[in-house]
Amino acid sequence: MNNDTLIPLIGVVTDIRQDTPDVKTFRVNALDGGKVFEHMPGQCAMLSIPGVGEGMFSITSSPTNKEFMEFSIKKCGCLTTWLHAMDVGQQITIRGPYGNYFPVETDLKGKDLLFIAGGIGLAPLRSVINYVRDNRANYGDVQIVYGSRSKDDLVDYQEIIDEWTADPNIQVNLTIDNPQDDWDGHVGFVPNYVKELNPSTNKTVLVCGPPIMIKFTLAGLKELGFTETQVYTTMELRMKCGVGKCGRCNIGNKYVCKDGPVFRFDQLDELPDEY
Amino acid sequence: MLKISAAKLNDLFDAISAKQTLYIPVDREPNAAEFKKYESGMKLSASLNTIRSAKDFFFPQTENLADFKMNGKNIEVKDIREESEDFVIFGVRACDARSFGILDKVFLSEPVDSFYKNRRDHGTVVTMACTRPSETCFCTTFGIDPTVPEGDCAVFFDGENYFFLDRTEKGTKFVESISDMLEEGDASKLAEVQENARNIMKKLPLANLSTDSFGGDKLNELFDSDKWADLSEACIGCGTCTFVCPTCQCYDIRDFNTGREIKRFRCWDSCMYSDFTKMAHGNPRTSQLERFRQRFMHKLVYFPANNDGEFGCVGCGRCLSKCPISMNIVKVMKALEVK
Repeated sequence: MNNDTLIPLIGVVTDIRQDTPDVKTFRVNALDGGKVFEHMPGQCAMLSIPGVGEGMFSITSSPTNKEFMEFSIKKCGCLTTWLHAMDVGQQITIRGPYGNYFPVETDLKGKDLLFIAGGIGLAPLRSVINYVRDNRANYGDVQIVYGSRSKDDLVDYQEIIDEWTADPNIQVNLTIDNPQDDWDGHVGFVPNYVKELNPSTNKTVLVCGPPIMIKFTLAGLKELGFTETQVYTTMELRMKCGVGKCGRCNIGNKYVCKDGPVFRFDQLDELPDEY
Repeated sequence: MLKISAAKLNDLFDAISAKQTLYIPVDREPNAAEFKKYESGMKLSASLNTIRSAKDFFFPQTENLADFKMNGKNIEVKDIREESEDFVIFGVRACDARSFGILDKVFLSEPVDSFYKNRRDHGTVVTMACTRPSETCFCTTFGIDPTVPEGDCAVFFDGENYFFLDRTEKGTKFVESISDMLEEGDASKLAEVQENARNIMKKLPLANLSTDSFGGDKLNELFDSDKWADLSEACIGCGTCTFVCPTCQCYDIRDFNTGREIKRFRCWDSCMYSDFTKMAHGNPRTSQLERFRQRFMHKLVYFPANNDGEFGCVGCGRCLSKCPISMNIVKVMKALEVK
């Protein structure tokens, strides 16, 4: 019988990084090293601890990373609590990759890019950001606006400081919601910060974060003169199968697992307002 | 046309079941038929249809997807799939036969669901033409002719004899396998039986139900209708409609720890349930209105939008007779209809 996507593969957790008080980044390898499978930026994978549960997570590492995959996971439910309790060496089940991806090889090519992320919303965008950094000649200006509740809640802070801000070809703008003693950067919500920064409307925007942040960011971008066809986001809904059959993650006639998770706002506009 | 007399039907069942597993509808109690594995002497139900749909044969209510052995930090995945045995389902009605085509569009589209395909490949669907449709029937609304059902082989009863018409390669093989029990017969009475049934259908209460107001291009106007509040008000979210529905295919995946291993099951689920879309950080459908709307929008708009206009309903009428608050797709269609 042919392989069935519902029968998972095994991955092993080879590194765990505590990113924020409630976010850990897990490095996953195949049993014989290397990656369990290849993916494109924005795609997701189903991770499971049998007996605990299975859930869809975006792959935060870039496809250009040939050694391993990474998942940044916020502790907020039953499965994620279990994942956070894992030690290095723990095996998990993994299947995928699922969904579409940011059009890094087509529509985004040659464009000036503006990434806007809030909190754990950086996870799917980090894959694109590092993909773009590794193929830098293919893209125009790159600007990243990233905000979180506090400095401690900025996911991948070390990579941002050590690599992204050190990269002369990228502009990084960080912000936190409230003032903090060891923070001399910007303070304020992401949507307002984007408006203050007044980015050029030539840019193509990739945004991910809490729904409320996305909503106000999109409104702010429109005020600045951006159109919905310039703005991409990535969605998340409950999923069981990952291939558009279990009937759970639809918005209108589109399944987030299969037709998404990446949508342009003009595409979302045609769907019922149910997310 | 090849036929067998009604008196010899059980001999035929005995012969089929000697070679492969045979399922036929039998009466659990009067007017309550269910498909049962045939055993000698069982009597074919005279009911029009079974209480539950026939989808279980290809998409069972629960099925074991895989097993896991946990050993310290290690996990072993056990692929427990086995080639299905060959089987025959006899007496499927035209509505359920069409539902298989709808389920095929879900489960056989890429990536193919091997669990479903395995059973589909090994099952032969023998349908039976309807002679006296019931007042809850509205299959004709969806272009189904219950007097000439789809399936691998269709069977027609003229009151005395059962006539066999093979419709697929699998059906031809089936008819060949029983050809020594069949004889050439005069099917001229069938036309009259069919005409009779068609006349009944024209007079059925739901005969004029129309799909004109529905389809993939009606997405936002139907979603935004103010009728959903009234329609869904009494819905208790029991999910009965989805369980008896031949086309409802939403499923859940859950693990069960036996103490020795973890068994992963796929089970039917219902979009009518409050936790269907519930995540750790929220739920996009918090009200019964939203869940109710999802079910009917899926059948009348989303499914046709994705499948060349084909609706996700076959008019079997099960939800009409089983809903505890007497709500159903016909009432929804009539309420939303643009006249």
